[in-house]
Amino acid sequence: MQELRNRAKELLADGTVVRILGWRAGDLPYNPEPAYFQSAEELDDFVYNGFCGANLSKYMIEASKLEGKTLVFLKPCDTYSFNQLLKEHRVDRDKAYIIGVGCKGKLNAENLKKLGIKGVQSISGAELSDPCDTLTVQTIYGEKTCSYADAMLERCHVCKGKEHMVYDELIGESKDTKDADRFAEVEKIEKMSPEEKFAFFQSELSKCIRCNACRNVCPACSCRKCVFDSTKFDSSQKANVDSFEEKMFHIIRAFHVAGRCTDCGECSRVCPQGIPLHLFNRKFIKDIDTFYGDFQAGEDTETKAPLTNFTFEDVEPSVVAERR
Amino acid sequence: MSIEKNEEFRPKIVAFCCNWCSYAGADLAGSSRLSYPADVKIIRVPCSCRVNPMFILRAFEKGADGVIMCGCHPGDCHYSTGNYYARRRMTLLFSMLDYIGVENGRTRVEWVSAAEGVKFSVTMNEFVEKIRSLGENVRLGDLRCRN
Repeated sequence: MQELRNRAKELLADGTVVRILGWRAGDLPYNPEPAYFQSAEELDDFVYNGFCGANLSKYMIEASKLEGKTLVFLKPCDTYSFNQLLKEHRVDRDKAYIIGVGCKGKLNAENLKKLGIKGVQSISGAELSDPCDTLTVQTIYGEKTCSYADAMLERCHVCKGKEHMVYDELIGESKDTKDADRFAEVEKIEKMSPEEKFAFFQSELSKCIRCNACRNVCPACSCRKCVFDSTKFDSSQKANVDSFEEKMFHIIRAFHVAGRCTDCGECSRVCPQGIPLHLFNRKFIKDIDTFYGDFQAGEDTETKAPLTNFTFEDVEPSVVAERR
Repeated sequence: MSIEKNEEFRPKIVAFCCNWCSYAGADLAGSSRLSYPADVKIIRVPCSCRVNPMFILRAFEKGADGVIMCGCHPGDCHYSTGNYYARRRMTLLFSMLDYIGVENGRTRVEWVSAAEGVKFSVTMNEFVEKIRSLGENVRLGDLRCRN
């Protein structure tokens, strides 16, 4: 963390960048938040630890419109999103100085609660320099420990790899945390009967409070004007007063990002209701892989997205019915 | 004497037909005196590519039991490539609908040219039969309303 902070101060001092996009300590030990830093003094609040799951690439859309270069810290999986945004001409590569930071898997504070660790006062073992095997948590009920992997976000169990796709320099070691099959959950649902499928999604989606957090955090959801913004009110981020969009919100959103979603898992991370929204995106990714060949959005900035492309030999839609 | 309720299930089926091939195919079926069930409600679109996936979701949300999309044969699109894009879109959408609990038999794509009046009528008869056997659809409009 100190290394990142020092390097940021250096780059700020020599005028390479005019601002820094990173994470700032939150009010609790487990909720750092994305933040801009303009001066060396402000950088004292900078943190980077296992709880810095936030993907900063979407903030680069706004930063690209500002004067001067922005230093941005991107984890390996964040660089896919950045690449995808580059491909869509939403960010300016010349306005970004990317430091690829190491990542040993990111943690989910909700998982700590599920493990029965409550009243958290401080957490150690989540720094980048730590081996990241065990977490030691000081709680008001005494010291507790848990395995790092148990507290990890779902997306880190299916990690895309520790390679950065785009960067100017690299700092810190990464660890491959993949220990599960990415499509296992999707396949489990595919095997259910239609009634079970509907019941499953109905019970999950009924939890939704339409806070739009998933849309606001999604790096693929970067339209200047979103279909879900109301045209009837001045304030943005209001749901359109249309029962169809209200009911089909998640399906429409998943389709809008199909072929562009890098599977960064931010939607599921920010959902206050804990809805596994990545299941929709992954279903599309799985289908694209099976029908049109393996495709990873954000791996490069040239290839055409599957839904803006076609071949004469594409499968017919009847393949869906013939699969089983 | 009580009034007997007609228990026969009449499905609600929406057909999206492209203006250049399938709609003309439906026309030909009509002028050739070929019949197809009145359960099929045709919506004319400029090209199969015009069919926004939201149209199909909306049809299901409003209570359709089946949706069929007809367009020009691949290679014959009036706009050269429209149906190729539509084909990819529909494949993914149908797969997603299957994933959330709308049986895959309720969605179908058929390429019908302007000369295929017979194919149009046969397809529609088949599709309606299929939907009748599947019965009423889940209420997709209730996807977010568990009671």
